[in-house]
Amino acid sequence: MSAQSDAYKAHFRVWRGDADGGGLEDFRVEVNDGEVVLDIIHRLQATQVPDLAVRWNCKAGKCGSCSAEINGRPRLMCMTRMSVFERDETVTVTPMRTFPVVRDLVTDVSFNYAKAREIPSFVPPPGLAPGEYRMQQEDVGRSQEFRKCIECFLCQDTCHVVRDHEENKTAFAGPRFLMRIAELDMHPLDAAPDTGLDRKRTAQENHGLGHCNITKCCTEVCPEHIRITDNALIPLKERSVDRKYDPLVWLGSKIRRRNRTD
Amino acid sequence: MATGTEPQPHTDARGANGASGPYSTGVHAPSRAAIPARHLRTDRWWLYPATTAAGLFAFVVYSTWRAFANADYYAAPYVSPFYSPCLAENCHPMRGGPNWEIFGGWWGLSPALLILIFPLGFRLTCYYYRKAYYRGFWSSPPACAVAEPHKKYTGETRFPLILQNIHRYFFYFAVVVAGILTYDTALTFRDADYEWGHMGLGTVVFVVNIALIWAYTISCHSCRHIIGGRLRHFSKHPVRYRLWGWVGKLNARHAALAWASLISVAAADFYVFLLATGVFDDPRFF
Amino acid sequence: MTQLDRQEWDVVVVGAGGAGLRAAIEAREQGMRTAVICKSLFGKAHTVMAEGGIAASMGNVNEGDNWQVHFRDTMRGGKFLNHWRMAELHAREAPQRVWELETWGALFDRTPDGRISQRNFGGHEYPRLAHVGDRTGLELIRTLQQKIVSLQQEDERELGAYDARLKVFQECTVTRVLKDENRVAGAFCYERESGRFFVLQAPSVVLATGGIGKSFKVTSNSWEYTGDGHALALLAGAPLINMEFVQFHPTGMVWPPSVKGILVTESVRGDGGVLRNSDGKRFMFDYIPDVFKEKYAQSEAEGDRWYEDPDHNRRPPELLPRDEVARAINAEVKAGRGSPHGGVFLDVSTRMPAEVIRRRLPSMHHQFKELADVDITAEAMEVGPTCHYVMGGVEVDPDTAAATGVPGLFAAGEVAGGMHGSNRLGGNSLSDLLVFGRRAGLYAAEYARSRTVRPTADPLQLDAAEAEALRPFSAEGPDAQHAGRPAENPYTLHQELQQSMNDLVGIIRRQGEMEEALERLADLRVRARRAGVEGHRQYNPGWHLAIDLRNMLLVSECVARAALERRESRGGHTRDDYPEMDRRWRRINLVCELADGGPDSPPQDPATGQIRLTRRETPPIRPDLLELFERDELAKYLAEEELAAEAAPSGPGAPAAGTTDDEETSR
Repeated sequence: MSAQSDAYKAHFRVWRGDADGGGLEDFRVEVNDGEVVLDIIHRLQATQVPDLAVRWNCKAGKCGSCSAEINGRPRLMCMTRMSVFERDETVTVTPMRTFPVVRDLVTDVSFNYAKAREIPSFVPPPGLAPGEYRMQQEDVGRSQEFRKCIECFLCQDTCHVVRDHEENKTAFAGPRFLMRIAELDMHPLDAAPDTGLDRKRTAQENHGLGHCNITKCCTEVCPEHIRITDNALIPLKERSVDRKYDPLVWLGSKIRRRNRTD
Repeated sequence: MATGTEPQPHTDARGANGASGPYSTGVHAPSRAAIPARHLRTDRWWLYPATTAAGLFAFVVYSTWRAFANADYYAAPYVSPFYSPCLAENCHPMRGGPNWEIFGGWWGLSPALLILIFPLGFRLTCYYYRKAYYRGFWSSPPACAVAEPHKKYTGETRFPLILQNIHRYFFYFAVVVAGILTYDTALTFRDADYEWGHMGLGTVVFVVNIALIWAYTISCHSCRHIIGGRLRHFSKHPVRYRLWGWVGKLNARHAALAWASLISVAAADFYVFLLATGVFDDPRFF
Repeated sequence: MTQLDRQEWDVVVVGAGGAGLRAAIEAREQGMRTAVICKSLFGKAHTVMAEGGIAASMGNVNEGDNWQVHFRDTMRGGKFLNHWRMAELHAREAPQRVWELETWGALFDRTPDGRISQRNFGGHEYPRLAHVGDRTGLELIRTLQQKIVSLQQEDERELGAYDARLKVFQECTVTRVLKDENRVAGAFCYERESGRFFVLQAPSVVLATGGIGKSFKVTSNSWEYTGDGHALALLAGAPLINMEFVQFHPTGMVWPPSVKGILVTESVRGDGGVLRNSDGKRFMFDYIPDVFKEKYAQSEAEGDRWYEDPDHNRRPPELLPRDEVARAINAEVKAGRGSPHGGVFLDVSTRMPAEVIRRRLPSMHHQFKELADVDITAEAMEVGPTCHYVMGGVEVDPDTAAATGVPGLFAAGEVAGGMHGSNRLGGNSLSDLLVFGRRAGLYAAEYARSRTVRPTADPLQLDAAEAEALRPFSAEGPDAQHAGRPAENPYTLHQELQQSMNDLVGIIRRQGEMEEALERLADLRVRARRAGVEGHRQYNPGWHLAIDLRNMLLVSECVARAALERRESRGGHTRDDYPEMDRRWRRINLVCELADGGPDSPPQDPATGQIRLTRRETPPIRPDLLELFERDELAKYLAEEELAAEAAPSGPGAPAAGTTDDEETSR
């Protein structure tokens, strides 16, 4: 099981360049047993191109820094094992193609931080001091799934709404941040409704939920296997239907003055 | 200062050197990594949209023919699910069957058209089928990280696609239709002379079909929302929470159930067609 | 250099992990304009890797828990070398810090009555760790990140700009803490994306840069952990303490090679995982040290009963403090009873149903499946020790987190020393970040407010900092000081440094090896001056590494020197040649300072910087805290004269011990 015995030379094509242009460059690089794509990129850095720019951090699929596109598919480089490729297969690595490129494999992901700021934050319930929060496990389960998100922004990268249509970037928050709205709307103690903020309504009116055509690429690429579409986006769409397109629910809420703590 | 979390204005550095045409705003927008290919996928990504489109197309062709045929949809005790309930005077007489002449005699077209609108609407607005046909027919997108061939995209923000939001009404109707089809299935426990307590191969076909129809209907995302998804505190509604859990398990298989029930409903109709045209005799068990 | 961008802030926080963000939130809430600067993207800090939980004696699961018990556990874990006041503040304030997170939107796992669930962990007497599955660190970071966003939204509503009072400078690195006379004046930084330099001028700088693990080959730490804060403090004239204590986490992955060192959370053991050697034996029962004999199960049967009935059984020895477990694994592997890839087996698959494993340890299941192709619900994991945490760090005032000797400099989190003594308990790290992050932010804000004159860094300092940072680009050029000699590859130097530290100053230490390590470090330091890089300044990782090498070399020298000096084994410091703990050493902190530069005169050429090591007597533990322990137990740790003093209590604030100058020069 020695690493050396299994070593081979792989053919890599890596995009190099910056905002002014660039292209795919070919490399032959050693691969050892058990390695992932990020290891190979690091070997390139250490042996052939010391200034190859790549963003990475934990190398264990927990921080979501090393997002890129490998053979055209949005993936984390640290979680893509070399063993999934044939030995004679060319492995093509490019930066994420939805965000402006900075250099080589590094992109400017500030779009996501700007969107994060547009989502109204958690509103703590008035009258509850720290330590007095009581929540049941089954009530926090849904939001906890969404909080597994490591913000790798692969879902934002793959979503055709902004990937293929730059102009939608202003109107559309993207799957990660629509999921954040769902997380807050399902939070058992979020007091936003008391402040007049209806997340169900604003999801569609301010954050572009309607742009989503639920083609599920976000779910496909999620390295945390969060069921973004089924558990966050569609439920959020249904919640916004409650508000905007369902006269029965609307009427019911007018008549019964529904207690919002149900 | 470019160091904040604020997006920077990106100068159009490559300017006129390149891209125009349908992709000039997408992955070929000036600020993005300069890669001529519209995608770099090496797997058979086209397989899914191609098979989806082919499958849906086949069903549309078959069902259109059968719906407009206005013939060969009843072979006692079986009524084709495409023609149930039958709501016009021109229906084939079905003893004890789902023919209620609500529309009277003025309806001259196939009675299937009166009723098919509901299951059709249910499936057309279904969250799974939307994915399937947006990808398969619309190429929006054809596959993940494969650029779509459209210049503009507004999704479901405006007419007509904003109407997808009425899915839950079709769900309510779909429950009624499924109820009637359940009634039809009960009627299949008769023989050709309407005597109860008999079974044939057709009974099995109908039972399988109705089971799949129910499973597909109940696994619907709107159903999941209505059953419990809309609640904020599951802990205060233990029964609905449990139901929501079950629906959720089915919901994870919604796509598979959508296809299975689509095939089974066509199969049930085709079975009746075979009997009605006399090509085939229903094997009776007892 | 005249076009250098200068900005004015009140408080600059270096690092955006748990401590940094908590400090920034506090400083901003105190009304100070606060800048946070971090090497990675906002929200990617190494804190996300923390898995187990946040230790806080809320008593939600076992009502017997309170801050005194937590204090006791912390002191025991640190072998009484902890600064008692830090341990006290930490134990007292941790619950409040955790509860506060809930008001910012955190969603911890719950108890049946709806409170925050708490789990068992090594060295903690009661279930104490608030957690979210095994991704607690991620929850902590995300919550703090979202709290910062919510403060920015407030500012946007009030002042029209999100970063009017709280700004995050992401993907930037600080290379120097700037000074005005002896006081802090700000930070000299570069932006990784563009390579441009800029200066943040501020009266207060909070260091929250984390640890030093990247100086070791096998480590659970990310690339950011290059000891930046430690080095910045040294260069600014502040001393470090306890640098010899480096925690090796007992369970890191050992295979495949590329992920060697990545952590396997301790909760695997807290929830029932057991360690076995290649003979299938649960070997930990053979390694219970005398000081812990009464507290741990002596048979497998008793250990197994404890998971169900902790009140009437003693805990299994797999849950001994980390240093003990790491040493035991090391010994088993050395004795030839290791697993195929040089670790031991950690098994949950035979002890819990697959369903439970997937629910309680989701990220571990995921991590092994994706990285090693091992299904932990069906087979055992292979694990071995990995460099995880440095207990040593900037010497700080326990209450204010102010660094010694440099007014305006504060430190919190892993970069601060003293809190954990010689060994940190699992779960005490996240609570440390919150408790002392808040204190650092609070006192940094107070200090900034109290300064009437804004500090300015003189231009000479800025020129020197810029020249220092740019040196790697000229290493090969005709103007290089060593013209004609080839430039060194920074990656090669880094690998050699990691190998040396791993082999020679690793988990088991010997005098001769550490002396050799110091020689190699001296050699590396000379070569590092010639580290050259290709390309330009825009996002150039080779350049960044060349700059970070300075910090790693400084910090590594501290570790090696202090480890050579301490002639005993205690916590995260194990000497082959002095295998026993020596009570006389309990009273001694080893202090590292920059040798050729006092706080008043920054050294001319810090890359050749040498470390001066001195001894300092630890402050006596307050009598009422000592009374929390049985006298028998104290006798195992405390020196005779301390015990005598305890018998006849003297007031707190006993005279500070004189320092013995024990200067060593570098080779």
